[in-house]
Amino acid sequence: MFEPWADPTMRRALAEVVLLGLAGGALGCWIVFYGLSYSAESLAHSLFPGLVVAALVGVPLLLGGAVGIVVAAVAVAAAARAPELGRDTSVAVVVTTLFGLGVVLALSPQSPPGVQGLLFGDILGVSDTDLVLAAVLVLVVLAGLRALHGQLLVVGFDRASARAFGGRPAFVDTALLVLIAIAILVSVQALGNLLVVAVLVAPAATARLLARRVVPMMAVACAVAIVAGVAGLYLSYYASTAAGASIAGIMVVLFLVALAATQLRSRRRPPSPAAPPRAVR
Amino acid sequence: MSGDPVVQVTHLAAGYGGPPVLVDVTFAAQPGERVAVLGPNGGGKSTLFRVLLGELPAAGGTVDVRGRRGTVPQTERSRLDFPVSALDVALMGTLSRLPWWKRPGREEHRAARDALAVVGLADLAGASFGELSGGQRQRVLVARALVQEADVLLLDEPFSGVDEPTARQLEALFDRLAAGGRTLLMATHDLEQARAWDRVLCLNRRQIAFGAPRDVLTRDALEATYGGAVVTLPERGEEAVLPAHHHEH
Repeated sequence: MFEPWADPTMRRALAEVVLLGLAGGALGCWIVFYGLSYSAESLAHSLFPGLVVAALVGVPLLLGGAVGIVVAAVAVAAAARAPELGRDTSVAVVVTTLFGLGVVLALSPQSPPGVQGLLFGDILGVSDTDLVLAAVLVLVVLAGLRALHGQLLVVGFDRASARAFGGRPAFVDTALLVLIAIAILVSVQALGNLLVVAVLVAPAATARLLARRVVPMMAVACAVAIVAGVAGLYLSYYASTAAGASIAGIMVVLFLVALAATQLRSRRRPPSPAAPPRAVR
Repeated sequence: MSGDPVVQVTHLAAGYGGPPVLVDVTFAAQPGERVAVLGPNGGGKSTLFRVLLGELPAAGGTVDVRGRRGTVPQTERSRLDFPVSALDVALMGTLSRLPWWKRPGREEHRAARDALAVVGLADLAGASFGELSGGQRQRVLVARALVQEADVLLLDEPFSGVDEPTARQLEALFDRLAAGGRTLLMATHDLEQARAWDRVLCLNRRQIAFGAPRDVLTRDALEATYGGAVVTLPERGEEAVLPAHHHEH
């Protein structure tokens, strides 16, 4: 039971999944409410060439990723100016281009070994610096979400009339995207470019099924992310599976279990005639 | 009615950059008055409300609104899948008076509960907004505007999609609010509802008429407002508007 934690590598990995679970679970709820899952995934993939170049050149990955995100944002803004392309299409074009570029760089025979690890992450290679960064991330994300809570609620509830209530949709959207970008930047090294979105979306999607209010849902999402993180580390320790993929896989399993449970519950308990009618329009 | 009007609009023109979509609007509303704003889709009701709320600048003329404004948007605009309670929604009315980083405290919670009590939903404060009936949701949105301590309430189609008993409940609520000195402006398609209010403002890209329903709701004014889709109901001798193709703008 406690055997895996005798190893300092595993202990650091444990601390990392707990920290990233807190940030990802809480932030993920707003990603789900605001329909930003695709944007989050796009951000994660499009910063990939930045990471690869940083690894090849030997500068900190965080720096490479940050530059990658800025380049991607500029490219998306430029592509979106083409009137024939919708926003959706321009994002897809930019993201696949950048991600493809990153893969070409990462998988070329000249690349040093280990660069491929950027795709899948290396949670067992977490350093003390990474842990400090992750702790700072948690503070930034939780403080940001707490400060923005009222704004996020009023804009998410009814964007069209939010301004009449002091809501600022453009500010809220930007602030949320910045928090997402920071979260991706910090977690991408541990979880990998392909799987980082899992911790931002899957626990929140699971919590959406289980909780009926915003703050409890954020708590459930954090719990789901942490449970999946710890379970994934166990699985990878005993079954020698890749840690990041194990964590993502368990998150999906938890989601499916929650989905099946809610389906079963609603089938077993037909809506009573006394209950208020569900939304008509 | 005498005294200082709460809302005074003179020769207002408004638009969205291009040519104005609404011109020559002149009317006033006193405290406690209920004004129905009647007109077809695209007739300028929403544009007028946006100007009154201060979201859209007037392209011409003057707009003078004294006192705080509150808005009651159409319930269909709000997200029903959003996991918030009636109390959470009412609390959104406190956002504009708090600094942006501050969460609502005890005083704000009390104001929200009081407002829910005024609209008769004290018992349902903890219920999910999305699971309430259409009329209850409308009342929650009214409560949110009351939390804003609004002197002028702008109601956007409050009777759309609610059944007859609910409409009567809402009507009684609006009467109480007006009796308490609040000024109510209601955008509506519903001629019957407009007939029951103190003043009617007919808009079709310009002001067609403004005044007491008895004087304003003539066949000529209605034809100018609705472009000819007016019939006289034989059994009641009253005008009615044929339902137009429903289209969103």
